[in-house]
Amino acid sequence: MSRPEDTLPPDLFYNDSESRKYTTSSRIQHIQTQMTHRALELLSLRHPSLILDVGCGSGLSGEILSSSAPTTPSGPHTWVGLDISASMLAVALEKEVEGDLFLADAGQGVPFRPGTFDAAISISAVQWLCNAESSEESPAGRLGRFFNGLYASLRRGGRAVCQFYPKNEEQKRMVSNAAVRAGFGAGLLEDDPGTKSAKTYLVLTVGGGELDG
Amino acid sequence: MKILTLNFLTCARKACKATNAAFPLHPRDAELEIVETDLNPLFIRNILPRIEWDALREICVELGLPTLPDAAPEPAALFAEPIVPADTMQDADEGAEKQPTQLLQDLHRLLLETTIATGKLVCGNCGHEYAVKEGIANFLLPSHLV
Ligand SMILES: [Zn+2]
Repeated sequence: MSRPEDTLPPDLFYNDSESRKYTTSSRIQHIQTQMTHRALELLSLRHPSLILDVGCGSGLSGEILSSSAPTTPSGPHTWVGLDISASMLAVALEKEVEGDLFLADAGQGVPFRPGTFDAAISISAVQWLCNAESSEESPAGRLGRFFNGLYASLRRGGRAVCQFYPKNEEQKRMVSNAAVRAGFGAGLLEDDPGTKSAKTYLVLTVGGGELDG
Repeated sequence: MKILTLNFLTCARKACKATNAAFPLHPRDAELEIVETDLNPLFIRNILPRIEWDALREICVELGLPTLPDAAPEPAALFAEPIVPADTMQDADEGAEKQPTQLLQDLHRLLLETTIATGKLVCGNCGHEYAVKEGIANFLLPSHLV
């Protein structure tokens, strides 16, 4: 199977029918739910927080963040979601998710003032930043703008957890190096390593907080 | 888009990042909508110190909303009984037992339930206009503006 990010940029790939397919596939929903809970666990939030969701898509993770169920630690949280796909956001709108939605390209930066967010999550999105759709952009430039913007928009002691699908070891290194260069304390965590369901989490801290997990 | 979010949003252009005029963005031709949501007192307590109060006052004037007091409210005014100081808020359940004041409910109404349904957000520095449709703001920049 070819990886979607190798064929088309995400705003073209997630057209209306792809968005619906992505959102209604129960397998994808289950995996996404699982990864969001894992990301929340790694964030260790202590009170209802303001969270940035990068690549929020149709709001699958967001619905967990704004849930008042005990499975959402310290929730309900308030979230802001960025996504480059208008049709994904249209599905989120239909579902009347609680977060504020932005049509935005994280590779262009994060348009919030310094210290805005307690935390950030990103589920299955950061690998898209490794593509450059036009000759004016480079993957390194896009990753740099994203991580610099993310770093500034988090408050001191804040954390971010980005689950992503690196194409290879080199891409994994490129992503985590970009985060470190922006100022983050960074750790790569792999669940089920070496299996088909391996999942990579980049755990980022602002201001030298402790990394555990 | 919630008024809360507008209080954190800046112009996306790199050239505007360093200027004070790029915050807050100014709503134009805005249609407001009240979207009710559950009161979350501990969230409001958490976020209040991060609100830029002067920017919030300015936005309220621009949107024709009631004028806010000159100074931001003290955290202690959010609950009917004195609460633990913000730096010892590890015990999240403790604040939950306190009674939210009218002030807290008013902040909830303004920050979390008052939303911009349609309109534009204009940067005071570069003049770029970000469109808001069905509550979603379009922050995609043409590549020459990034
Ligand atoms: Zn500007």
